[in-house]
Amino acid sequence: MLKDITLGQYYPADSVIHKLDPRVKLVWTMLFIISLFVFGSISCYIVVTLVLIGLIRVSKVPLKFMMKGLRAIFMLMLITVIFNLFLTPGTPVVQIWKLTITKEGIRTAAFMAIRLVYLIVGSSLMTLTTTPNDLTDGMEKGLRFLKVFRVPVHEIAMMMSIALRFIPILMEETDKIMKAQMARGADFESGGLIKKAKGLVPLLVPLFVSAFRRANDLAMAMEARGYHGGEGRTKLRPLHYESRDRAAYLLMLVYIAVLILVRIAAPVERLLGIAF
Amino acid sequence: MKIIKGKDLVYEYIKFTDEGEAEAKVRAVDGVEIEAEPGDFIAILGHNGSGKSTLAKHLNAILTPTEGTLYVDGKDTRDENSLWQIRQTAGMVFQNPDNQIIGTVVDEDVAFGPENMGVPVEELWKRVEKSLRAVGMWEYRSHSPNKLSGGQKQRIAIAGIVAMQPKCIVLDEPTAMLDPVGRREVIRTVMELNRTQHVTVILITHYMEEAILADRVMVMDSGKVILQGTPREVFSKVEFMREHRLDVPQVTQLAWELKRAGLDLPDGILTTEELADALDAIRGGE
Repeated sequence: MLKDITLGQYYPADSVIHKLDPRVKLVWTMLFIISLFVFGSISCYIVVTLVLIGLIRVSKVPLKFMMKGLRAIFMLMLITVIFNLFLTPGTPVVQIWKLTITKEGIRTAAFMAIRLVYLIVGSSLMTLTTTPNDLTDGMEKGLRFLKVFRVPVHEIAMMMSIALRFIPILMEETDKIMKAQMARGADFESGGLIKKAKGLVPLLVPLFVSAFRRANDLAMAMEARGYHGGEGRTKLRPLHYESRDRAAYLLMLVYIAVLILVRIAAPVERLLGIAF
Repeated sequence: MKIIKGKDLVYEYIKFTDEGEAEAKVRAVDGVEIEAEPGDFIAILGHNGSGKSTLAKHLNAILTPTEGTLYVDGKDTRDENSLWQIRQTAGMVFQNPDNQIIGTVVDEDVAFGPENMGVPVEELWKRVEKSLRAVGMWEYRSHSPNKLSGGQKQRIAIAGIVAMQPKCIVLDEPTAMLDPVGRREVIRTVMELNRTQHVTVILITHYMEEAILADRVMVMDSGKVILQGTPREVFSKVEFMREHRLDVPQVTQLAWELKRAGLDLPDGILTTEELADALDAIRGGE
């Protein structure tokens, strides 16, 4: 169950997207997510879908890996869709007992589902093609200007990369503790929500203790290897833009321009004769 | 010049009760003398709580002595200004392989130490390649450490230290969490480094089979060094070791028992081959 979250799991492959500068991918992902919410129309989503399929193809990451992330948000999606479906006011289409499904409701619910799915797939695409270290390097370098406002950029980036490194380890540990507790008769499956939440206590307490112990060890190991903050540190893979990165930025502008044009022209809506 | 020179080392800490009141002063290290020449291979033996790990942490200036002095490559470990130089001179490998790997890809982790030292990029890559080859893990350079075995992870950790080009490597029970195969891998790697690159090795362990490979063995109990000498000298004192709740290698034990039963065997037999030869000699003599 816990292993389904793909965020922070790098999928090694040899593709252009893998080679891109992490800053490019970060900006692209941000813009992609914003575009999902700003351009809400059928025509635009067709463009977005095509772009996303294209990117996945180019990335050489199997679709299966992208979909893994979706399972984790399935419940959230279901709730969002149901709420939007029944609670949006507008022209009624179907009426079951006291619940009305409106035309606007269907539209909002469908758009919401698309947005959520694309959001997860889009950000998974970034995390699957970028090593966590690259990602944090990208953030560190891309957000360096924040240092002026005394934001500890290097430290935050370091914390993130360590957190990402320890996610799989702690997952494994959770699994182990779970099995150990189950072997002693703990029950994580049955009962209501409250009983289930209470059942997690014997899981979380040892997990926290062990996480702190690990943190202690790691801090010592880092110090032993001469870590003393970001000052005077060099990088094995220093970031610098290459022509493919500039091309990716250019493509991003094209993507936005196309979306704006499609939003205004709205070919599909015109064809189907629906309001936009 | 001696690479490590410690005199009258004492480390005290205050133990607290559950209520947070000071309970007692504990001497984890109590008057230890330690010296190592460049290229030495020293094993430190002792059961849990004997102070061997605490001593090891002094060599890397993670802890500083309460009393006494410790010089690493001529630098006082209590001097804040030489802290980073000391950490560069004496690298440290810890017990749990998972908790000392910082990078999410093997080569990035190996580069972590030299990165902290501000080594330029080209030199970084050279060092990463050299140290990964030295531990035989170059083929795994772009793997995630999570997918490696314990022995492989520990070799990565060693490579991470080697990349800092230390004169001395301190290994704090590096094989305690490994299976027999991993244990052999790690020890072989350490021996290689000691033989071919003349790195001083301080190996903290409670496996006797590892200790017999060292040039010199120090046995610790309740913070004190109670016995010191070549592995042969140390392990010939089977009764003494037993009194201090320490084992000797199984073969040594067997030879000792045989000798007690009346066979004419030499003291301090360390390997199966030696015992076989000695037994052969007896049979041939009859």
